[in-house]
Amino acid sequence: MRKTAIVVSLIIFAALLVVTAFLIHPFGDPPSDMDDYIIANTQRETGANNAVTAVVFDYRGYDTLGEATILFTAVTGVVMLFRRRKRA
Amino acid sequence: MTGNIPFNIPFVAVAALISIAIYIIISQRNLIKIVMGISILAAGINLFLITLGYREGGVAPIYTHAPQDVMVLPVPQALTLTSIVIAVATLALMLSLVISIYRHTGSIDSEESRRMKG
Amino acid sequence: MMMSKIVRTMTHLLVPLTFIYSVYLIMHGHLTPGGGFQGGGVFASAVALLIVAFGSQNIHKSLKEHHLSILESSGALIFIGLAFGGLAAVFFYNFLTGSSIFGRIPPTGSNPGDIWTGGVIPLMNFAVGLKVIAGLSAILLTMALATSLKEVEE
Repeated sequence: MRKTAIVVSLIIFAALLVVTAFLIHPFGDPPSDMDDYIIANTQRETGANNAVTAVVFDYRGYDTLGEATILFTAVTGVVMLFRRRKRA
Repeated sequence: MTGNIPFNIPFVAVAALISIAIYIIISQRNLIKIVMGISILAAGINLFLITLGYREGGVAPIYTHAPQDVMVLPVPQALTLTSIVIAVATLALMLSLVISIYRHTGSIDSEESRRMKG
Repeated sequence: MMMSKIVRTMTHLLVPLTFIYSVYLIMHGHLTPGGGFQGGGVFASAVALLIVAFGSQNIHKSLKEHHLSILESSGALIFIGLAFGGLAAVFFYNFLTGSSIFGRIPPTGSNPGDIWTGGVIPLMNFAVGLKVIAGLSAILLTMALATSLKEVEE
């Protein structure tokens, strides 16, 4: 019973994903207003040749801040988990 | 529609990867296999972001010795960079938790460890 | 638990080259493919090679977790400080563009690349690289220590 429920729900989910894959924009021709602005202006505004680094550290700095927080939390969790095992 | 690749094949590959990952996560009971499923899910999402930002005939969005002006979109690549680091960090944390569960309960079966409340 | 002499000799040869490559990736992050995250990952792969070749107990004698913790916290502080430095305009404002340090503006379009460009971005690359080096090395070292044979036998 549980197996059948899993399989049926998965088939529906996969079908929805495939339908979405066909309804999305054609591969190789994305809508790109924001990215065209970044590609055209990144050298003048940030002075960096590498647009990806400019996006990571300048246009989307908050993302990188959150990512650094996640990395810090994961490291803290791993170290804390194994330090307590050593003392016990 | 591009000339060489019809039917949005890369997006179908993304759908297949994500479906396989979800199937692994909800059907397996071995915790290591569940972690592998989550890792495959992260790989599928990275592939989705990269294919989302591909522009036909584009080069990497870097102006140092750039051969042409047509470039792929930079924002999905930056998001993929973020996503990869987060995937590595959470993978390390999940594996540490699995090791800890194994030491407490002596098993990496999810049902077993739920029952023992170790 | 050390591996054989062949593996140790090759590690001695490869680790300095990997360190130099990771520093190159971090310092040229605003010009070529790469940046703080990728350079930190390459550096952590060198640490993984050291741990595999020489054993986690031997590496732990010279590389403690609290050293890595200090390194990671200083990386995070430099990053946050650089973000607060642009607070005169807005958080994460690139306040070094046009100044004398890393402040040159490259010509628009394809160019050979100049290391003194990018404003605050090379410094942030450095800070994030420091953070990722320390974080991934701490994860590798802690997990290798916790799962080494000596620990399990106790």
